[in-house]
Amino acid sequence: MLNLNQRDTGTFLFVIIITVLAPFVMNPFPTESAMAQFNAGYPDLMQRFVIFGIFAIGFNILFGLTGYLSFGHAAFLGVGSYAAVWMFKLLSYNIIPALVLSVIIAGIFSLFIGFLCLRRSGIYFSILTLAFAQMSFAIAYSVLSNPKFNLTNGETGLQVYADDIQLFKVENLTTPHLFGVKMNSTYELTLGAWDFQFNVGYYVSAVVMILMFYVSIRIFRSPFGLMLRAVKTNQTRLNYTGLNTRPYTLAAFVISGMYAGLAGGLLASMDPLAGAERMQWTASGEVVLMTILGGAGTLLGPVLGAGFIKYFENILSKINDNVLHAWFQYLPEWLENSLVWVLHWFTGKGWHLTLGLLFMIIVIFLPGGLMDGANRIREAIRGRKAKKNAKTPAE
Amino acid sequence: MDALLLQILNGLDKGSAYALIALGLTLIFGTLGVVNFAHGALFMIGAFCSVTLNKILNLSTVTLDATQKDFLGNPLKVKTPYVESWFGEAAGQSIIDWSVPLAIIFAIPVMLAIGVIMERGLIKHFYKRPHADQILVTFGLAIVLQEVVKAFFGANPIQTPAPDALDGVMDLGGAIGLQLSYPVWRITYFFFAMAVIGGVFAFLRFTTFGMVVRAGMADRETVGLLGINIDKKFTIMFGIAAAVAGLAGVMYTPINPPNYHWGMDFLVLSFVVVVVGGMGSLPGAVLAGFLLGILESFASTTWATTTIPGINQIIIYLVAIIILLVRPRGLMGRAGVMEE
Amino acid sequence: MTLKNTTRRGVLKGGALAGAGLAMPQILTAASHAGYTNAPQGADVTLGFNVPQSGPYADEGADELRAYELAVEHLNGGGDGGMMNTFKVSGGNSMLKGNGILGKEVKYVTGDTQTKSDAARASAKSMIEKDGAIMITGGSSSGVAIAVQGLCQEAGVIFMAGLTHSNDTTGKDKKANGFRHFFNGYMSAAALAPVLEKMYGADRTAYHLTADYTWGWTQQESIQAATEAKGWKTANNVLTPLATTDFSSYVAPVLNSGADILVLNHYGGNMINSLTSAVQFGLRDKQVNGKNFEIVVPLYSRLMARGAGENVKGIFGSTNWHWSLQDEGSKAFVKSFGTKYGFPPSQAAHTVYCQTMLYANACETAGTFNPCGVVEAMEGLEFDGLGNGPTTYRAADHQCFKDVLVVKGKENPTSEFDVLEVVEVTPRAQVEYAPDHPMFAGGDLGACNPGA
Repeated sequence: MLNLNQRDTGTFLFVIIITVLAPFVMNPFPTESAMAQFNAGYPDLMQRFVIFGIFAIGFNILFGLTGYLSFGHAAFLGVGSYAAVWMFKLLSYNIIPALVLSVIIAGIFSLFIGFLCLRRSGIYFSILTLAFAQMSFAIAYSVLSNPKFNLTNGETGLQVYADDIQLFKVENLTTPHLFGVKMNSTYELTLGAWDFQFNVGYYVSAVVMILMFYVSIRIFRSPFGLMLRAVKTNQTRLNYTGLNTRPYTLAAFVISGMYAGLAGGLLASMDPLAGAERMQWTASGEVVLMTILGGAGTLLGPVLGAGFIKYFENILSKINDNVLHAWFQYLPEWLENSLVWVLHWFTGKGWHLTLGLLFMIIVIFLPGGLMDGANRIREAIRGRKAKKNAKTPAE
Repeated sequence: MDALLLQILNGLDKGSAYALIALGLTLIFGTLGVVNFAHGALFMIGAFCSVTLNKILNLSTVTLDATQKDFLGNPLKVKTPYVESWFGEAAGQSIIDWSVPLAIIFAIPVMLAIGVIMERGLIKHFYKRPHADQILVTFGLAIVLQEVVKAFFGANPIQTPAPDALDGVMDLGGAIGLQLSYPVWRITYFFFAMAVIGGVFAFLRFTTFGMVVRAGMADRETVGLLGINIDKKFTIMFGIAAAVAGLAGVMYTPINPPNYHWGMDFLVLSFVVVVVGGMGSLPGAVLAGFLLGILESFASTTWATTTIPGINQIIIYLVAIIILLVRPRGLMGRAGVMEE
Repeated sequence: MTLKNTTRRGVLKGGALAGAGLAMPQILTAASHAGYTNAPQGADVTLGFNVPQSGPYADEGADELRAYELAVEHLNGGGDGGMMNTFKVSGGNSMLKGNGILGKEVKYVTGDTQTKSDAARASAKSMIEKDGAIMITGGSSSGVAIAVQGLCQEAGVIFMAGLTHSNDTTGKDKKANGFRHFFNGYMSAAALAPVLEKMYGADRTAYHLTADYTWGWTQQESIQAATEAKGWKTANNVLTPLATTDFSSYVAPVLNSGADILVLNHYGGNMINSLTSAVQFGLRDKQVNGKNFEIVVPLYSRLMARGAGENVKGIFGSTNWHWSLQDEGSKAFVKSFGTKYGFPPSQAAHTVYCQTMLYANACETAGTFNPCGVVEAMEGLEFDGLGNGPTTYRAADHQCFKDVLVVKGKENPTSEFDVLEVVEVTPRAQVEYAPDHPMFAGGDLGACNPGA
């Protein structure tokens, strides 16, 4: 189907089904139950899942295929966001021009940075991208936000004001929309004790992500993708054969930069505010974490990783001591208190600690990320079956 | 003239911290070939060694004083530090007063131990893994370390003052007719840094241990073939690198009250210093540290920021980018290190 | 399978999902339910406490959270009632009875702003979309406050700002659904300038170091205007990047600039570090132009004063509230907070406690949680007994007007909490300004938005 081999078709269909059914899948617990804390099926988080999924898919095209570890991709996401919000300010709240411009601007920006950074490889490349990203962040955060020339609105974040130009302003459309359909409109469905939310913004982002996922599969399976893998395996040898690898790596860099820009544009389309923090190097570190956590170089891994980290960030950080006490209230008091005492280091404001630990564990024991873990489990099950089959005749 | 000298002095003391952190980082590069993203966290932990010692020295017996009231109108709890009740008030107070220099003694074994544990427990398993994996696992470690410190010490900076005798300012320019006074502690820090740097160099230069390590940096395999247990030596080097970063942190606390985020704040910067100096080059790291410190100081002057707006924020990165593009082996590095 | 239309949260107005909704009986419209976002359905109502739990202001956030928990306890009839007992509105006692709000038990959810606009908005959105929060409150930075206020306006819930001191929050970024109890840069300057003139004389030259973002700019602009009106001159204003940790290269040139006052328009970690640097460079022991060199910190916070340690002694600044105040409200609040947690509350804790009480009172007055009703009840509200003397919520910009405290670092602190002493309570009349004052102009309050 769609020029994909059988396995890729399976993966692709899996992604489509999961994203379409996400409002159900992410909301497994009844609204009023204690476990509802773990529900992730609300528009904001689901949007983040797919948008950061796009970001990670793009990053994976660079890192997963060529092995070039960029610590500056958040800069492209930030630039995309700023471009989108400027489109809202100048034209209208329609997201199409915003997305188009964010991809173009991020593409130009990444072409420039990639052209310079790709002159070096290994750790030097990482530090170059890091330096560029930090520089962009500093410039966006304060240099370009002075009252005389305010391009980014600094710490507050760029947002649309009622008195902005908006050439094609439409009355009553004061939030981002797609030809009149507002991104923040949500249809709510109640089935018994369950509430499910279907949000326009989510489905728009989901469609984009599915498209981008498809493009990424095609890149992975193309001769171009093969060339990129060759760069990762042994660039020196490629160079000795007289092949100039730079155009290939640069193309991968720009493609992943455009993915990041698209993600940034979508982020601004869901919530029309662009803050400079999304360009900081720690934000770049986050997409690295996502990709590695899920499994660099795999198709599905980055999406999984993005979902995983965003879930942690949004769900775990909200489990405060009160929630913990409520969970364990039926236990004897001493046990309740000691359990809460132990857990409160890891939940609520301690969620960063959990993330760090988890990340270390994954890098140490599962170098291939979650996908690696899934494969190992699958293999273990298969292995046991095989053993059983082998044993049966002997009995 | 005064202003110029002042910025140079300022650059030197900023540079001292950069140089010390970068020294340890490049030592680890050079010996172990490991990219350690947790090195900034070691600096931060060193600073919190100083905070911890200060807290320990301030452990107190609490007595209720009925003549004074606290904010709720209850009898005021008067605290008397144990050191004061043990050594007498005057001696006890001066011990507390000198807690930061004392923390050096406290921090050296602690940091050595942390370094050795880190290397044996974690880094060792990553020698054969790609640099990307090393970056990632140490990045994770850095997050964990900073979160643990935050859980214990809170998020706000904690004040750890310098001893009274070393607080205040010194008039440096009076003799030559310039208006040039500078904080005593910052001058102390500069000399302390020079001493530590000198110590590390002397250690590598004049001891057999150092000779083996240098040989190992140059060609690890051959040294191994000679039957020398290079791994053990490298473990100790990691401990020393951690101790150097830790000491830099200890002595830095009176300059800036430490907070849990220091590790990440100094991390990017120290990598830039290492790269500018040349990967694996010890003199390069020191030189680049001072150079970038001075550059940063000059970029912060009003003259610089009005000429090029925002230069104070991007100068470090700009220098790194230029060096990496023009001369990737840095000021004093060998070509081709870590290039694969 | 039973289908039921809920009345909470958003509504689909466009037709995009009509296809997906074919199997479902009807598309919701605004008219079909209570008429505002997250109208409480059951026996309880959920408030969203959005405070920094990580990042540089995490300690402020923790203190805010303590105050919120206390406020919720009091609203639900627990504890000793704290300031609920002293809270008076213009007509008499407040409407609060200790039975929750409008008879519904108060529940709350918490989130982490991380002191980043993006993260704060994400956290607020999840409270509104997932937890059904009817009101969002908290925060310890103006950038975050402005970002979240904008979000709440769009989503149709009330935003009760926490610690935010920029003029812009109720100036060019003001929103109908947002309210600020905390004071602002202009008020700080208006209160400080006369005291500074009295202490240091009119013939002074000031050097400003200013945090390079919205709060820093408005604070600096305000204090410069106010002190120049008193005859001071301004030698220089240097913008320092927010991420600066070592201020020495900004502090070093001050002495040779001819200025005899250093104004640190910094907050949080910035303030601690810049003040430490300034003291280290011996500025306070210097004589310039025959006068003692002095340092001023326009916005003080006790938590930060503690971080700066010895360095704050004798340094003037302003604060919204301080626990040593002796009015009935402050005493009641300090007592219940101190009894529960063992130390006195900070100004951040105080302002968010007040905001929670004020919101609850407005709901009771309006008889509804509908944001538009709440806005109407809040606008122009005159109240007293919340620790700041008689206070007004001005209708034109949703800013509270009350007395401002001028404080200075205490010379002989008796405890680790006792770092500031109140020098003067500047009467409210002196810090008032017109809603269209140039420093606040350009914004549009807009209309209240009840959301879906």
